[in-house]
Amino acid sequence: MSRVRVLVGTKKGAFVCTADGQRKDWNIEGPFFGGWEIYHVKGSTVDPNRIYASQSSGWFGQIIQRSDDGGKTWSPPGSSEEDLKSTDGFPKGESNKFVYEGVAGTHLWYDGTPHPWEFKRVWHLEPSLSDPDTVFAGVEDAAMFKSQDGGKTWSELSGLRLHTTGKDWQPGAGGMCLHTILIDPKAPDRMWVAISAAGCFRTDDGGVTWKPTNKGLVSNFMPNPEAEVGHCVHRIALHPSRPDTLFMQKHWDVMRSDDAGDSWREVSGNLPTDFGFPIDVHAHEPETVYVVPIKSDSEHYVPEGKMRVYRSRTGGNEWEALTNGLPQQDCYSNVLRDAMAVDTLDDCGVYFGTTGGQVYVSPDGGDHWSPIGEHFPSVLSVEVQTLK
Amino acid sequence: MVRVVLPHHLRNLAQLGQEVELSVSGTVSVASVLDALESGYPVLKGTIREHETHKRRPFLRFFAAGEDISLDPATQPLPESIANGSEPLLVVGAIAGG
Repeated sequence: MSRVRVLVGTKKGAFVCTADGQRKDWNIEGPFFGGWEIYHVKGSTVDPNRIYASQSSGWFGQIIQRSDDGGKTWSPPGSSEEDLKSTDGFPKGESNKFVYEGVAGTHLWYDGTPHPWEFKRVWHLEPSLSDPDTVFAGVEDAAMFKSQDGGKTWSELSGLRLHTTGKDWQPGAGGMCLHTILIDPKAPDRMWVAISAAGCFRTDDGGVTWKPTNKGLVSNFMPNPEAEVGHCVHRIALHPSRPDTLFMQKHWDVMRSDDAGDSWREVSGNLPTDFGFPIDVHAHEPETVYVVPIKSDSEHYVPEGKMRVYRSRTGGNEWEALTNGLPQQDCYSNVLRDAMAVDTLDDCGVYFGTTGGQVYVSPDGGDHWSPIGEHFPSVLSVEVQTLK
Repeated sequence: MVRVVLPHHLRNLAQLGQEVELSVSGTVSVASVLDALESGYPVLKGTIREHETHKRRPFLRFFAAGEDISLDPATQPLPESIANGSEPLLVVGAIAGG
């Protein structure tokens, strides 16, 4: 029977939650890495037992953790005894070494002055769709790194940061983070990344060169609201069967592209507010999209004290509130950008975690919700693995 | 042997006890102690000082013989009491958060 494994990253550790295909009774293990911020945990689709986690702290910096047994045990890649005893020049203790290629240079600071590029943390880990040892990392200050040895060593795909517009990128309120990486399942050399607050970028050559893909985005906080870069893109998502169609939750506005990001149009429609962070697509219905609107950019909680996921079955514009099983009074949580996921069971499950520490599941595409756990630390990320 | 006391999270990360004892060659300084520490426990690389620059991470401080030596040059010899192991070098995390 199929099972699911939900990987939860929180401000104080990681949790691994498992259930059978009914997704009703949950076993919760953790916290792993207790006390550390776990920005993201994600498994390989090639080898589901291979899971990567980004562990960080303001005191001690970045750690990469890896599990090869489905989340039961973890270790920093390259730190096993056999790795460390090797005499053939094997890298030692470099799984957290994220060093920009060449002279890092500057980007713009909040006040518009040049500011040195400084690595702070890994926001997002995206395993390759074909090789469990290959994984991409989206980091703050915004750049993309790649490991081809299971996370033991990392090298920058510097064509992104060195794009001619890079010197003009500015951080959003959460820092200048590369928080989303999408890989085209049909053409893996084509990838999209999203950076707050630079925008969306696409590579067609495996990360060597990049182009901004922000045409159609309008950000009224910018001197030129339609500038090539500078947009605070919060999240992008695609359906694997139709990678030319992208959905975006921007700082304000929910957007859609049908030409791989070359142009965007707004599909906020009847949403109560079009500010939010996560966006995701149903596993079997490419036109069914989920968002969680929050009140505003200065009030990061759901409107009216009601936790409502909004679903569009029309690829945007027409949205319905999904509330069954979710708190509908006195709720003032938020759902962060990496904290929503879908499984691929026949009846698509939808998952999200809140800043209030709840993780919810809907085993029927959003019609009914129930908590997996209600007392986690503040949730930073949620991913799900569908296990056969 | 030089004794070092690390913050809780780094002890857990490196799977160490309350203190770690290190054999330090040459002059005993913060730099040489951290070299020895990272050599024995590579998982600690980058967690106390930056990988490339060896700059101390801003929320960590070093205490030796009752003095905050965080701002001293990293190669400056440490007090004899640290060098002969009669008291430990303390790596201390700033009190922050809530």
